[in-house]
Amino acid sequence: MTQQQTGGAHGATGQLSHLDSRGTPRTANHGGPRFRKRERLSRLDVKYSPYLYVAPFFILFAAFGLYPVLMTGWMSFTDWNLIGDWKFIGLENYANLMKDEYFWNAVRNTLAIFLIATIPQLLLALLLAEMLNRGIRARTFFRMIIFVPNITSLAAVAIVFGLFFRRDFGAINWLLDFVGIGPIDWRRETWGSWVALATMIDWRWTGYNALIILAAMQAIPRDLYESASLDGAGRWRQFTSITLPSLRPTLMFVIIVSTIGGWQLFVEPLVFNSGSGAILGGTQRQFQTVAMYMFERGFSDLRFGYGAAIGFALFAIIVVASMFNFLLVRRTVRE
Amino acid sequence: MSVNSRRRTLAVVALAAVTALGGLAACSKKNEEAKPGEIKLVVDHFGEFGYDELVKQYEASHPGIKIEIRKTAQLNDYRPLLVRYLATQKGAGDVVALEEGIISEFKSNPANWVDLTPYVGDKRSEYLPWKYDIGKTSEGKLLALPTDVGGLGVCYRKDLFKAAGLPEDREAVSKLWPSWDQFIQVGKDYRAKTGKGLLDSVTTAFSASLSQTGGDLFYDKDFNIVADKSAAVKTAWDLALKLADNGVTAKTRTWSDEWQAGFQQGTFAATLCPSWMLGIVEQNSGAGNKGKWDLAAVPGGGGNWGGSFLAVPTQSKHPKEAAELAAFLTSAEGQVAAFKAKGPLPSNLKALDNPDFQAYKNAYFSDAPVGKIFGEGAKTLKPGIIGPKHQAIKERAFEPQLQAYEAGQLDAATAWANAIKDAKTQGAV
Repeated sequence: MTQQQTGGAHGATGQLSHLDSRGTPRTANHGGPRFRKRERLSRLDVKYSPYLYVAPFFILFAAFGLYPVLMTGWMSFTDWNLIGDWKFIGLENYANLMKDEYFWNAVRNTLAIFLIATIPQLLLALLLAEMLNRGIRARTFFRMIIFVPNITSLAAVAIVFGLFFRRDFGAINWLLDFVGIGPIDWRRETWGSWVALATMIDWRWTGYNALIILAAMQAIPRDLYESASLDGAGRWRQFTSITLPSLRPTLMFVIIVSTIGGWQLFVEPLVFNSGSGAILGGTQRQFQTVAMYMFERGFSDLRFGYGAAIGFALFAIIVVASMFNFLLVRRTVRE
Repeated sequence: MSVNSRRRTLAVVALAAVTALGGLAACSKKNEEAKPGEIKLVVDHFGEFGYDELVKQYEASHPGIKIEIRKTAQLNDYRPLLVRYLATQKGAGDVVALEEGIISEFKSNPANWVDLTPYVGDKRSEYLPWKYDIGKTSEGKLLALPTDVGGLGVCYRKDLFKAAGLPEDREAVSKLWPSWDQFIQVGKDYRAKTGKGLLDSVTTAFSASLSQTGGDLFYDKDFNIVADKSAAVKTAWDLALKLADNGVTAKTRTWSDEWQAGFQQGTFAATLCPSWMLGIVEQNSGAGNKGKWDLAAVPGGGGNWGGSFLAVPTQSKHPKEAAELAAFLTSAEGQVAAFKAKGPLPSNLKALDNPDFQAYKNAYFSDAPVGKIFGEGAKTLKPGIIGPKHQAIKERAFEPQLQAYEAGQLDAATAWANAIKDAKTQGAV
């Protein structure tokens, strides 16, 4: 600390001019010796207090973010039931994981639910945003209303949708009955369960994404559209040539956040499938997601080492999937 | 984003962080707070133990002791909580319930539990001996006191039986099905009359049948997994398949929302009732259905399905008081009171001989003499061997496969092969 303080004077000019360019008021650099102390203090203030301001976040992040991650990494190399002894087993958990058919089943389910949920969701969000961006009546009201599902308690959503998708006395099966489709056992059919879960996710997240896209749409300068109209471009042409390219960074954000959320899917399928084997996601694991499988092996079987390995595998999957989607958006939506 | 708003964001983040920290600090302070001279004991249990009135009585007779009961509705949600408490050495109740399906697993690390012998002495002569011994380690430490055993009966809906042209009276109903084959016949008749399933699910019958055969269940006495060879498992499995083949069940998965709602909606007319299930049937059916349920004898003879223990974690700050409370709750007096409140069948011999217990009629179940029905077979119950992952093998290896067979998704051979394979992975310690 002392070293930094004495050395501080040397780099002060560069530091100050840098701060100046960011709009910080320049500290008075002249005056009698009695100002020197104040000056030094205020220089210290300028130099170190930003770190102090950000410190709480990083302290919390270290305690509740970084430490658990490192601990989980360590656990994934052990055989540990958490209430007794543990032993170090190296990469054995990962080797077993690669051969574990239930893990791959969970990966397949999660990917399928993600695709079924996200593709219609983003298209719908785009459509909604486009509509809300026009001069319709009661715009503020509609903008607020599409956000309501997102702030509804997740457990409540899952319970209500669970009721809709019940085999006996469920509203959806009742409606299907009118169009002559026999009752579907939503928790036993693989596709049925995926569709039910995707519906639940879409109900909750479409409005949220629509609002983010809408915000980006409003930042597109109007005169672009005006000149396009003068050049004779129709609505669709304007949408594909102006709106979509301008939305590229926003779409990137929305897709990556959806990817992360989709791969971490846990509460919806768990509450959807109540009962003693709920964590299995159906009797034949029809809709068990990776996060559920991690919980099953960790908390239900008390094989926390293996559970931690699943957690890290999930992390790797999310990184790869996000990269893939990033490249996909960059290639398909041209600026 | 302008510099100003970035600053403001930082300030907000910092403020939020500080508030969060403050909040945490406040929380931890609150937990340790106890009035001077007062001891607070926390009891953790799942399902219905019938302790609400008992602890008030205990508080009245033990000034200076406050008791809080924390209930978790289902064992499945309760177990991970308990694991977390033990792993972090923080948060567990002073007295915690352990179900027979999970006790071996928790006993395997005795350092987590207080040896109760110094506080309560040797009580083996007071309880069903096999039950008492489950609470002990191989070295003879007493880690848990027995609460209840799970004698069997069949809970049935009188109104639905009447509508289907079946007898309503419990004696007559019991005579309908001395054996499981006769039970299946009744189920077929019920299906023919009403188009509905008589029994809730194949899995309740599977559990009951397992306990009726006894002996080696999923494990042998050395805790090797023998699910593929065990006679009890095979018998129970075959019974479950037969029930499904004959349309006896309503195909509701046990403990699911549909199952819970089914009690009110009359989706099924009967379920297998170990004594502790009475409280759960009552809870699920609601006050409106009081007097519609009754209790008949179980087909195929007595058995012990479920039942629990009370233990004191070493992290308790008041092991002496906690052990005394556990001893009170599992005493003859405590067990009779719990039985009257929520139905768990006493394992304490004096409680089983208690005239109050024997004469007790359950008002919710049409005044069925539950004390007499469950009490008669209690002393001759044959225990099955409950290995460390008994519950996991039952609920996550066998039951899902049976449910899939019941729903027509799998043939019997595939279901069996899956169950055996999963039993090996789920059961590994």
